[in-house]
Amino acid sequence: MSDQRPGANFINRQSFIELDARERATALFDAGTSRELVGPFDRVESPWLEQQGVTPQEDDGCVVMKGKIAGQAAVVIALDGAFQGGSLGEVSGGKMAAALDLASADNVKGVLTSAVILLETGGVRLQEANLGEAAIAEIMASILVLRRHAPVICLTAGTVGCFGGMSLAAGLCSYLVMTREARLGMNGPEVIEQESGVDEFDSKDHALIWAIDGGEQRYATGLADALVDDDTPRIATVIRGLVLKGAPPVYRSSEVALYRSRIAALDTAQQWDPRGLRGLWATKSYSEENQ
Amino acid sequence: MEHIELDYPAKRKISKKAHTGVVGSGDLEVLLEPANGNSAHVSIRTSVEGFSKAWKAVLDRFFTTYDGAVRIQINDAGATPGNVQLRLAQAVEVSER
Repeated sequence: MSDQRPGANFINRQSFIELDARERATALFDAGTSRELVGPFDRVESPWLEQQGVTPQEDDGCVVMKGKIAGQAAVVIALDGAFQGGSLGEVSGGKMAAALDLASADNVKGVLTSAVILLETGGVRLQEANLGEAAIAEIMASILVLRRHAPVICLTAGTVGCFGGMSLAAGLCSYLVMTREARLGMNGPEVIEQESGVDEFDSKDHALIWAIDGGEQRYATGLADALVDDDTPRIATVIRGLVLKGAPPVYRSSEVALYRSRIAALDTAQQWDPRGLRGLWATKSYSEENQ
Repeated sequence: MEHIELDYPAKRKISKKAHTGVVGSGDLEVLLEPANGNSAHVSIRTSVEGFSKAWKAVLDRFFTTYDGAVRIQINDAGATPGNVQLRLAQAVEVSER
């Protein structure tokens, strides 16, 4: 029996966005199978932040958990968007790359192990600059290795979203899952406004930002594989389905010719709006769902 | 960055660790773990300097009712005293669950 009151679904849902990184990671595993690796009590924190007047966090904003999803071995790596904007530093980036590499090693040993990365991040941590850049390069290399063995699933649920170098890492994953609340983009709105002016992009115009960077638009134009409501059981179900699905037939990051042809065919004499782009680039699944 | 160390007497052994909170603006991270002996030790690290009296007052009050033998580490990003009390209470609740 479903509750028919208006908004009942919204009220009864169990928000995923309201969970912290540790709770998000735990929620994706088969109940009772997860354990944390290099947790806060191991005290592997950033050695650089305190020197710059920033209080470190004991897990450096990166939660690594091992367990089972749909009965198969899996590692979930969750960035905590509330600590330094989920930014990647030497430790948090090292934890993510090492966890992905260990998953690859397990696959080589014959234990099928997939990975889910939960990205709420602005990209490189400015206080750790080059170390963060290097970490992201390592993470991208690690994703490319692991995805040959087992699915690497990126989930960005919001509300920080996924920007900077980590948006490239997200693009390399086997599957990319978003909510309507999440955003995905290379340059964040404030960076674009700062570099090109408010005429180019108004970073205070939230409707504009979500119309361009938001999960619905990214899904509608084929840059995300699934759009899911902010509901914990539904998100866990989608992740389980993708773990069982195995590798995609074609990786988005291999479709160089497709994306080049899209850009080449775009008439830049006119100002395109998000709706117009959906008309040009809508995926088959999105068109069918929205007939 | 300011470091503050505080000690309190304790009567009771605890068995479970607890971790609560996040080092985000106006919030803090609390790590609570069992300690040997009959005392409690608190290490505070905060990015907001000059509030050691306020920290001592908050922890003094907390230990008027809490008697666990623990090591508590606090990583603070400018939490208000009320927020600190809530995170401490949450840590105790988690450790005794």
